[in-house]
Amino acid sequence: MNQLGDRKFLIIGVFIFIGMIFLARLFYIQVIDDSYKLSADNQAFHKATEFPVRGYIFDRNNKLLVYNEVSYNLMVLPKEISKTDFDTAGFCDLMGITKDVFLRKMRKAILAPNSPMKESVFEKQLSPQDYASLQERLYRFKGFSVESRSLRKYPQKAAAHMLGYIGEADKAMTEKDPYYNEGDYIGISGIEKTYEKVLRGKKGVHIIMKDVNGREKGSYMNGLYDTAAIGGKPLKSTLDLDLQVYGEQLMQNKKGSVVAIDPSTGEILAIISSPSYDPNLLVGRARAKNFAALMMDTVAVPLFNRATMASYPPGSTFKLVESLIGQQEGVLTVDTRYPCARGYPPGGGHPRCEAHASPLALYDAIAHSCNSYFSYVFKSIIENKKYHDTYKAYEAWREIAMSFNIGKKTDSDLANELRGNIPSINYYDKVFGKGSWHASTVISLGIGQNELLITPLQNANIVSIIANRGWYYTPHIVKEINNNPNDTALARFKVKRYTMITDTNIYNNVIIGMSNVVESGTAHLLKIDGIDFCAKTGTAENPHGNDHSVFVAFAPKIHPRIAIAVLVENAGWGASWAGPIASLMMEKYLTGKVKRPDLEKKMMEGDLIHNVKPYVKHISN
Amino acid sequence: MRNPNNSSIFYNIDWFTVLLYLVLILIGWANIYAAVYNEEHHAITDITQKYGKQMLWIGTAILLALIILIIDESFYTAFAYVIFGALLLANIAVPFIGREIKGSRSWFGVGGFGIQPAEFMKFAANLAIAKFLSNQNIKIADYRNTIISLLILGIPMIIIMKLQNETGLAIVFVAFIFTLYREGLSINYLVIGLFVTILFVLALLVNNLYIYIAIIAISLIAMLFYKRTLKNILIGLLIALLACGIVAGTRYVYDHLPEHQKVRIGVLFGIINVDKKKEGYNVNQAKIAIGSGGFLGKGYLQGTQTKYDFVPEQDTDFIFCTVGEEWGFVGSAFVIILELTLIIRVVFMSERQRSPFSRIYGYGVASVLFFHLTVNIGMTIGLAPVIGIPLPFFSYGGSSLWSFTILLFIFIKLDSHRLQILR
Repeated sequence: MNQLGDRKFLIIGVFIFIGMIFLARLFYIQVIDDSYKLSADNQAFHKATEFPVRGYIFDRNNKLLVYNEVSYNLMVLPKEISKTDFDTAGFCDLMGITKDVFLRKMRKAILAPNSPMKESVFEKQLSPQDYASLQERLYRFKGFSVESRSLRKYPQKAAAHMLGYIGEADKAMTEKDPYYNEGDYIGISGIEKTYEKVLRGKKGVHIIMKDVNGREKGSYMNGLYDTAAIGGKPLKSTLDLDLQVYGEQLMQNKKGSVVAIDPSTGEILAIISSPSYDPNLLVGRARAKNFAALMMDTVAVPLFNRATMASYPPGSTFKLVESLIGQQEGVLTVDTRYPCARGYPPGGGHPRCEAHASPLALYDAIAHSCNSYFSYVFKSIIENKKYHDTYKAYEAWREIAMSFNIGKKTDSDLANELRGNIPSINYYDKVFGKGSWHASTVISLGIGQNELLITPLQNANIVSIIANRGWYYTPHIVKEINNNPNDTALARFKVKRYTMITDTNIYNNVIIGMSNVVESGTAHLLKIDGIDFCAKTGTAENPHGNDHSVFVAFAPKIHPRIAIAVLVENAGWGASWAGPIASLMMEKYLTGKVKRPDLEKKMMEGDLIHNVKPYVKHISN
Repeated sequence: MRNPNNSSIFYNIDWFTVLLYLVLILIGWANIYAAVYNEEHHAITDITQKYGKQMLWIGTAILLALIILIIDESFYTAFAYVIFGALLLANIAVPFIGREIKGSRSWFGVGGFGIQPAEFMKFAANLAIAKFLSNQNIKIADYRNTIISLLILGIPMIIIMKLQNETGLAIVFVAFIFTLYREGLSINYLVIGLFVTILFVLALLVNNLYIYIAIIAISLIAMLFYKRTLKNILIGLLIALLACGIVAGTRYVYDHLPEHQKVRIGVLFGIINVDKKKEGYNVNQAKIAIGSGGFLGKGYLQGTQTKYDFVPEQDTDFIFCTVGEEWGFVGSAFVIILELTLIIRVVFMSERQRSPFSRIYGYGVASVLFFHLTVNIGMTIGLAPVIGIPLPFFSYGGSSLWSFTILLFIFIKLDSHRLQILR
């Protein structure tokens, strides 16, 4: 019997052994393997997203630029649609679609990246009217539900490029930032992009439990893990809507750009890229179609944001910077005179110079935009005895020029800004060979040509700096976030920045020259009644066709309130198109009305895109 | 010297076992409440709900336990065969006069309640086998006695499987292999049993051709180690042929099984592609429920998978899912350890019996409980095929609770008299 009694050990051993296997298995599926938790959540929880309302955008005078309108997405959860009970005919009737369309949309909802287990959009952006009629009868169609979303609306069709547009997040975006799910709205360009995190708010989630038949069983843990959507914060833009709209009217049917800055703050008052488009086109169900149409317009290229992305040679407007650098480097005073024989080198050089008295001193050289004069100035900077070396002198020139926030991004809050270009020593070494280029080789840098490229935004900032006599605030388009001008996102716009030229006398000398431009120089026809302003014309040669008309100015001369840079592509000399537009806009901004209806009419009606007249190249500006 | 209290029905009973029993049924009841919980019916005593009914079953089960303790212990030895015979008859009769529930006629209807005689066959068979093997003249090692033992267990098994179509209730009788082993069944049977089981499994999983080749190879190698007498060669040949026969037979039987059983076995061994919405649904949902419980569980009544009916049969055969989901690994482990403690306690109690009848009966109790525990929990965590058998003391249902109560309390009664009686 004892021998058999020992058998109990084997029996108990088997019992304990099986128990251990079970415990190990349970430990694995409950503690180690997470996949079951996910499966459980997926089938018992329905996460309803509550979308926040996107922040509104106002102009500097609290005029509404962007608001929202509710739209409704019809959602479908294919697994809930009964194969036998669903009233397909009734549904198609309600939606006004054919059975084929219905089946095609259902297939789309089932196939990857969608799935029968996942809710997806069946019909996007229904209008409130469609929604109302649908809502009453939707209960009959199990598996369909409605989700409310908000769409952007624009009371004025202005500043389209700057406000930007929103689109649906694609796979790449969701991978980059897990906040987004595919189909969520996200700022793609403009303010919508730069201030996306502020404007979007925070999505809320409502976890609803469902039983095996999809019946709702209330919120999970009484809503303990639910979060309410937090609306996006409103933004106050620096833009002056009236000025913006006025500028866009002046720029219609022209290619080009206007940037107006309040020099005392760096706030962008108006920023125009023309041709533009109605921002309402890129909203709602017609968005894709309209977007494609705008993309296809290769003549006007309306989606291209010229104000920050087009790099133009600055032309004669750059002579201002040369004047400043020359004085700073000690090679130029107000009394320095250079001869002009209609260009540089003397005797029919290129570019040629308009007929004017010779030799001129600095003020008049600016007023008459003497090409020869500034070629000499540039030569004297590069051949400065102080350096005894072209490279060192060029590097010094380049460094000072770049301190005017050019040749690099301005660090503004405008999306998609380009750098422009100030050629480097390396670049010229590559082109001409090391040591084999001199001041005369690159002499046209002196008059803003050659490889020099500046965006309209940068050009406006240069004028701002001169108006301020040596300092600037980084240009920006947003003034307040959620009514708070001191939001940390705006902190960098509160820092006063200086160029490498700090002597205000140097600026004052240039300003006298700019004043002469208006009083007696190239822009004497553009005077504004009662306002002293300072300006510089420019005619930018470019390899793509007729010269660009360029004009920079600030006003008033004392305590400037607006600095402006205008560029009209292929429109000839500076005072012909860019000058009048700048002058009118300054008048409008400073006085509130324009007293030159004829000039205004001429500018507004001028069409340089559709009926291009052959342009006779002007001698100079 | 008699104890003054020995006339009490509680005299000398094993309170530890009784306590384990009570704890298990109460935890079970609480989990049934959680499994079918719904906001509209709050009271656990509401007898229109399953938890309310379970309360009645628990009450009557305790009453039954008391009655068993009152009845003289000699009744069970004296009437072992009678009880066995009576329940055998009841099980034969039920397909003809019973009520049809879920496609099988295995229930006697009593008002709104049903009684399943097959559940009670377990303790009856246990009494019978104990009675038979405790006979002084019986040695199980004698093959004739082995056959009689197997008949005592095999007949009810076949009746329940064939007449009532209740595979789960029938297969439980396999559990008595532990009893038979303890009482002297040759270890060879178990080795052969294990060997055959391995062949079964391999036959389902591996291309049979490889198995035949392996059997031949092993036979040839064996020849090298044994004296190559004619007798040894013939025995070797016979074994090899039998092995091949088992493999071929398994395949044949599997291929000719009813579709639903084939699928269950297929799902367990992963030899058919499991559609998690169809044949794999139960096991998959059970694993999701248990797996989602994590270490500490979601909290009482906070489970979603069982409460919202994702797990089928969540109050009966899959009640362990509720434990796993709401109490996590800690709760699951606690329940398994509690059940195993009870079972092992019963083994120890059996070993302390002077009477072979009591010992054999005790082993039967432990074996049946263990078999239920293994198959029931094994199925919910994907280690055993889906066979509908309840978790002892836990699952909803009067018949199973009564049956386990009777099974256990007869033993507690027998045990309380272990010092006085020498049968």
